Amino acid sequence: MKHDFEPKIVAFVCTWCTYAGADLAGTSRMQYPANVRVLKFPCTGRIDPVFILKAFQKGADGVLVSGCHPGDCHYMAGNFHARRRFAAFRKLLEFVGVDLARLEFSWVSAAEGGKWVEVVTDLTERIRTMGPLAEFKELETEEHWSGRLETAELKEAYNNI
Amino acid sequence: MSRIGVFICHCGENISRTVDVERVAQVTARLPGVAIALDYKYMCSDPGQNLLKKAVAEHKLDGVVVAACSPRMHEKTFRNAARAAGLNPFLCEMANIREHCSWVHEDREEATAKAIDIVKFTVSRVKKDRALAPITVPITKRALVIGGGIAGIQAALDIADAGHQVVLVEREPSIGGHMAQLSETFPTLDCSQCIMTPKMVDVANHPNIKLYTWSEIEEVSGYIGNFQVTVRRKARSVDEDKCTGCGVCMAKCPQKKIDNAFDRNLGTRPAIYVPFPQAVPNTPVIDRDNCTRFKTGKCGVCEKVCGPGAIDYGQQDQLIVEPVGAIVVASGFDLYNIGPKPADSPYEGYGEFGYGAIPDVIDGLTFERLASASGPTGGKILRPSDGKEPKQVVFIQCVGSRAREKGISYCSKICCMYTAKHTMLYKHKIHDGQAYVFFMDARTPGKNYDEFWRRAVEEEEAVYIRGMVSRLYQKGDKVVVMGSDVLVGVQVEIEADLVVLATAVQARTGADLLAQKLGISYDRYNFYSEAHAKLKPVECATAGIYLAGACQGPKDIPDTVSQASAAAAKVMTLFAKDQLEREPIVARVNERNCAGCLACKKVCPYGAVEEKEIRDRNGNLIKTVAYVNPGVCGGCGTCQATCPSKSVELDGYTDEQIMAMIEAL
Ligand SMILES: Cc1cc2nc3c(=O)[nH]c(=O)nc-3n(C[C@H](O)[C@H](O)[C@H](O)COP(=O)(O)OP(=O)(O)OC[C@H]3O[C@@H](n4cnc5c(N)ncnc54)[C@H](O)[C@@H]3O)c2cc1C
Repeated sequence: MKHDFEPKIVAFVCTWCTYAGADLAGTSRMQYPANVRVLKFPCTGRIDPVFILKAFQKGADGVLVSGCHPGDCHYMAGNFHARRRFAAFRKLLEFVGVDLARLEFSWVSAAEGGKWVEVVTDLTERIRTMGPLAEFKELETEEHWSGRLETAELKEAYNNI
Repeated sequence: MSRIGVFICHCGENISRTVDVERVAQVTARLPGVAIALDYKYMCSDPGQNLLKKAVAEHKLDGVVVAACSPRMHEKTFRNAARAAGLNPFLCEMANIREHCSWVHEDREEATAKAIDIVKFTVSRVKKDRALAPITVPITKRALVIGGGIAGIQAALDIADAGHQVVLVEREPSIGGHMAQLSETFPTLDCSQCIMTPKMVDVANHPNIKLYTWSEIEEVSGYIGNFQVTVRRKARSVDEDKCTGCGVCMAKCPQKKIDNAFDRNLGTRPAIYVPFPQAVPNTPVIDRDNCTRFKTGKCGVCEKVCGPGAIDYGQQDQLIVEPVGAIVVASGFDLYNIGPKPADSPYEGYGEFGYGAIPDVIDGLTFERLASASGPTGGKILRPSDGKEPKQVVFIQCVGSRAREKGISYCSKICCMYTAKHTMLYKHKIHDGQAYVFFMDARTPGKNYDEFWRRAVEEEEAVYIRGMVSRLYQKGDKVVVMGSDVLVGVQVEIEADLVVLATAVQARTGADLLAQKLGISYDRYNFYSEAHAKLKPVECATAGIYLAGACQGPKDIPDTVSQASAAAAKVMTLFAKDQLEREPIVARVNERNCAGCLACKKVCPYGAVEEKEIRDRNGNLIKTVAYVNPGVCGGCGTCQATCPSKSVELDGYTDEQIMAMIEAL
């Protein structure tokens, strides 16, 4: 089935659990939407929130971060650090103006090919109904955004400082 | 400008059926920095690898992308090919267009577009790849074996016989595990003690085995080839060097009324005890919770009667650090408890079977103790409530196993066989008795197994009733068994003298805690996970740690021993080398930028980050920076994502490499 809008989904996953889970979905010949691009990390602990911002800036309409279940981290605790870091990061993202529904965190183990399919499918469907991420992409066209005060609101805000 | 070669694999038709591989080659050939892009039927085949090697030489490639299966499958293959062609292997990357693309999408156009994207961002990554040199680390050629059941005993003996030192840690006062509790063993009905105890003695006498019983693993750090294991030797209150094992202390101990757990609480033991007469070591332990001396300060009989003066009430727990290069986990299993659900257990228990409160409803292991010549009844099968010989015994299989509503959906694998064994042991001892078995299926694969089961049915006259039991209740001195016979289609009611439940094999309580100390993974039932269900059945995903026996899943003795020897072979393979090459995916600190906040040190799960002082020529301290010990670093990269000044980088996953991929999306 063709849709009007095909969102771009970027997934940041750890190599031990979720990447292997996605491999399992493959070997089991499960089917899911082709919108997702998977980037492999050793651990979710390695994922810098800046990567997520960058992905949105580069045109991702949705981002998925997925790693091992709590307690299952190959590196013992990397996913706990990631969880804490992203809890704080969500606030920042919201402040920047990205709808938090565009960012999904999940735990998918190496044995959960089915869950991987579910997570990717749900996120794709959700973003499809939300439409493209327009607001944030404009930053990309202003790559060298230097705080030029172009809108009336910004000018006023500046004057009030 | 880079000179990158892109090789797109058809994987027979596995990829080319859904991905237009020629188009992927055409499009990626035009990417900046790509010198050549080819597609080929089987890249992993010899001719495929040769194609890659030739192209590296001919086109003077400085980077390679192989678009094929998952890197978990063939990254090593292609990196080795790259190395053979003179390219640093870490300049070769895989683009996964099979598991993540052709196998999971049907639409050819979408799949092709996705494959092109995947190759594209992988090309961008390769441009930022740096040549890395493998790290070599020395191997400590000593092994740790956790658990002294038959699995741990076999693994320890094999490794020790190969000439390597073994540290065997057992948490009970004696080695032996469950096998020491068994009476006779299927499929040959040889006495368990007779085949087990010689091996236990071999362990005790082996010059290469250091045995720590009554001990537990406190902490594990390090990595393959170089683990540091802290062992807690619990206070035994008896000096092992002085004790001669004469047993006078046990005979004279005034407190003799303690339930004997080894005999499934059917008998009693003194407060100073060995769990069973053939215990190894034959050194008793004082059970401090039940010892009068420890409870009230009055007594001290054992100290008075001990000739060699081995009793030491003041003994403390001792922590010992053992350096080892490999670890075999052989911590075994527990049995499903039909009692009410404890708060921390996922398992429901069996209210319909009286929650374990009916005295003549016992489990299979208790039956083993009743049948055992060294058991509490001296091998006479007598029922617990009144010591009478049971004339009608009902065995119920699959109690907890294959019972999703009770929390376990797997088959415990050993119960069909041991129940058949129990009916025979019973018939051999009580000739006029009748055994009934309620069963779902008789699962008897294994050499001589089905023959064994048939013998129980055909020669030893056990009555097998296919069906489940819905209720057990006490009526007078009988236990009423209410069940159904689904083959005949009738309800069955038997007034039994004794009921024996084949309760499920479950993971050890606390198995998850040990796994967390070791950094190994476990499944939803807490059984330890092997690295690959078929091809790596004894290795953990964590390098240098191997699995043996029932800690990995239900197993009988032949399977346990095979796996233990396999694990030992893996350890010996590792120890055959002097140095270990490991992937150079480790973090490095840029000392110039590092402000020494040491946030990285706080998050490092390996304790790999140390403080390093930078001094000028005169020895004055300029600053303290972080230093990552490459031997200890596990390569997770949490430090890098944490560092506020971006002064630490994980080789192979640098910000540059990742940003390049995101840029190319
Ligand atoms: C009722 C019954 C009858 C059976 N009959 C037969 C039979 O006839 N034939 C057959 O082939 N098989 C039989 N089996 C199966 C057999 O018992 C198992 O295959 C075998 O015991 C598995 O050995 P193991 O070493 O893996 O585990 P275990 O026997 O459980 O040994 C594990 C050892 O590790 C120790 N340990 C646990 N945790 C730790 C820790 N954290 N630190 C240190 N030590 C630890 C334990 O104390 C124990 O000594 C039977 C099983 C049952 C329950």
